Amino acid sequence: MEGYSRKWLMQRGEENNHENSEEKKLELRLGPPIGDWSSSSSEKDETLFPFSYISKSNNGNNQVQKFSSFLQLQPTAQNQSVMVQESLQTGCTKPTDVQQCTEKKKAVPNSAQKRTAPAPVVGWPPVRSFRKNLASSSSVKPAAESSQNVVPSKSANEKPMEICQKGLFVKINMDGIPIGRKVDLKAYDSYDKLSSAVDQLFRGLLAAQNDPSACGNEKKEEGEKAISGLLDGSGEYTLVYEDNEGDRMLVGDVPWHMFVSTVKRLRVLKSSDLSTLTREFQIVAHLICLYCQLFCFKLNLETKIGALICLCFRWNQAAGTG
Amino acid sequence: MAYSFPEEVLEHVFSFLSSDKDRNAVSLVCKSWYEIERWCRRKIFIGNCYAVNPRIMIRRFPEVRSIELKGKPHFADFNLVPEGWGAYVYPWILAMSKSYPLLEEIKLKRMVITDESLELIAKSFKNFKVLVLSSCDGFTTDGLAAIAANCRNLRELDLGESEVEDLSGHWLSHFPDSCTSLVSLNIACLVSEVSFLALERLVARSPNLRTLRINRAVPLEKLPYLLRRTSQLVEFGTGAYSADVRSDYFSNLTEAFSGCKQLKCLSGFWDVVPAYLPAIYPVCSRLTSLNLSYATCQNPELGKLISQCHNLQRLWVLDYIEDFGLEELAANCKDLQELRVFPSDPFAAEPNVTLTEQGLVAVSDGCPKLQSVLYFCRQMTNAALFTIARNRPNMIRFRLCIIEPRTPDYLTLGPLDAGFGAIVENCKELRRLSLSGLLTDRVFEYIGTHAKKLEMLSIAFAGDSDLGLHHVLSGCESLRKLEIRDCPFGDKALLSNAAKLETMRSLWMSSCSISFEACKMLAQKMPRLNVEVIDERGPPDTRPESCPVEKLYIYRSVAGRRFDTPGYVWVKKQL
Repeated sequence: MEGYSRKWLMQRGEENNHENSEEKKLELRLGPPIGDWSSSSSEKDETLFPFSYISKSNNGNNQVQKFSSFLQLQPTAQNQSVMVQESLQTGCTKPTDVQQCTEKKKAVPNSAQKRTAPAPVVGWPPVRSFRKNLASSSSVKPAAESSQNVVPSKSANEKPMEICQKGLFVKINMDGIPIGRKVDLKAYDSYDKLSSAVDQLFRGLLAAQNDPSACGNEKKEEGEKAISGLLDGSGEYTLVYEDNEGDRMLVGDVPWHMFVSTVKRLRVLKSSDLSTLTREFQIVAHLICLYCQLFCFKLNLETKIGALICLCFRWNQAAGTG
Repeated sequence: MAYSFPEEVLEHVFSFLSSDKDRNAVSLVCKSWYEIERWCRRKIFIGNCYAVNPRIMIRRFPEVRSIELKGKPHFADFNLVPEGWGAYVYPWILAMSKSYPLLEEIKLKRMVITDESLELIAKSFKNFKVLVLSSCDGFTTDGLAAIAANCRNLRELDLGESEVEDLSGHWLSHFPDSCTSLVSLNIACLVSEVSFLALERLVARSPNLRTLRINRAVPLEKLPYLLRRTSQLVEFGTGAYSADVRSDYFSNLTEAFSGCKQLKCLSGFWDVVPAYLPAIYPVCSRLTSLNLSYATCQNPELGKLISQCHNLQRLWVLDYIEDFGLEELAANCKDLQELRVFPSDPFAAEPNVTLTEQGLVAVSDGCPKLQSVLYFCRQMTNAALFTIARNRPNMIRFRLCIIEPRTPDYLTLGPLDAGFGAIVENCKELRRLSLSGLLTDRVFEYIGTHAKKLEMLSIAFAGDSDLGLHHVLSGCESLRKLEIRDCPFGDKALLSNAAKLETMRSLWMSSCSISFEACKMLAQKMPRLNVEVIDERGPPDTRPESCPVEKLYIYRSVAGRRFDTPGYVWVKKQL
């Protein structure tokens, strides 16, 4: 079986040699200006070499280190040509192969050219969602710092658990995006912050959804546009929520603390899907809300607003628009 | 020839057959054995809740005491099954509440269970003992309160990795003072704080408690109080394993752990502060199972801990263990049977740790009993897979996830076909396999030819044509579950192996090249298969025929079409 894959590789290499031998010679000279790297004699070594540093940055291979530092110093275009030329050398002729090789290059653990993470593929890698945020949500670094201390240290005094214990996670889904997310409402203290967090959560996914070709790292920034106007209905999307009684409400209509205490689930809807009728009633609800805030405060404010808005939205739902 | 055995004798003989497979075989011998067996079957396992319905189950097995039911497809774990897909347990509970008043055990996996269902369980089954909910959702702590309050003989409450809506931590105080029967309590998946006083009192009055897994919200300072009251524990899951580093905490904890003479399994360790890890050193030599997969702790503390656990049989760990730590493991833990290495940062573009194929090779070399592997890494070679296959022909479960899709052998830059081929060829007992990396149709030829006992196969980003799927479906004779995503497998392979699908529990295909037309044809051709297309873009027949369906889930069923399909599931209407 080993023979099979080797042979396959060699064959492709040979074809390639045949076709591009002239070009290849030329391009080899354009390689990194390090004398000894091209002098490796056996063809096999040459094949293996350019990628050997991917596996282990710390294997102490001088050539490898020099080579990778050379890579770092090059402008991107030149870099690209070096990679293409390498891939020719190693037997990748098809454009896809070249791309793969290029991809591989980018996985090199060197800090100078960090690539952005590729657009997420739903469900890949196959890790359960509760494992995904392990590193970010916990205290890898503080732990490492305080590792050997048996005396009280400041870093240990900060309780990373605080947020987690008191966190208020609610599910959030967006129209047209198959994966749901969760947001911690306790991490925000205003609607504006929530709105920008929602933008952060879904911006990339939305871009990827709308234009799958834009998933590539270079185009990433272009394809993404901010999700704005979530709260006032001025944007393409509107943020709504389901409260503890199962009613769907517009986010932003009640005081923040009341929202936090009643919200069960968030949803980002296409504004166009909220009918004009709904919108009128939202305005009514908004007015009632303001009215209550002005006149009913101190008199069990929350209950009254809640009741009024619920009434309004119940009616709204009964009308078949909710 | 007439049987001379009276029914009671046969019934008694059958009672020694514990495996479902044997019981099924017995029931196929003759009509009278079928009759006798069905009346004395107490335990039932249903691998797909839509493969049968409660009515059929109750009609055949009138005296069931224990049921295990599974719902959503496995890929639901990774968000591939949209919300609201189904797998509601309520109809089952409702039917059983009428027919099985003596039901004692319910074990569910990937099902939706509402508070209403939990309340029905609590009030319907007088002698209810075991509730295991693995990866379930749809319920709140109110439902749990009903269970706690009413199930007087509850032995086991295991919430697995369920998604529970946490309304309050007070549900735990609903266990009546008379409840002293608990053997196992696993609430590790809960987010909010439970009433510690209630927990402490509950465990203190449960002399038979062997398993206790608490959640992240229980702070380290409180562990000693719990452990002192539960010195008989065999399995313990800690909460957050962090606190100010104080020598009195440390000595209390060490003392508490030392007092647990039966302890064999440890888990938890969220937010671990490594300075506290030495507190478990006194029990390390007894441990057979250690789950550090939530412990974001690095070497040298990690390696130091593991190297003390000489009798370890199962280890779950994050990739912070690195190759170095795995080499230590290989040198110290000769009884290791199961290893899972999870990624600490699965979405990082670049490796954040030095974990390569070499760590796995070292373990396969050093641990002769290793038979189950789940390994997330970023690079692999055919040579490494050859070595692993040669070292461990006893492998039963081999799941390798190379994080970047279609990653080739980084030495040869070729596909990993031969390496996985060696695995299936050498490991004759292999029952579960997950593939990753750059793979062509050839790997499926190897699998179809050699993997005779393979029962579950997961494929992602692999293959180049219909041929791949054809090799698997026409070859793997024991295959029961096949899940495929992002592979160029199409109609031809599916339709030409339609009969095979009836021998399997289920087939999942998402982002492949199956047309809606083919799904309809398959449904027509195989009336005992439920062919469900999951497409959130709208009715699939409004798109051109060549446009592949998003997701496809096929399973056999004796219950016919299900009636709780959400709007995005499309089935061929029955004529």
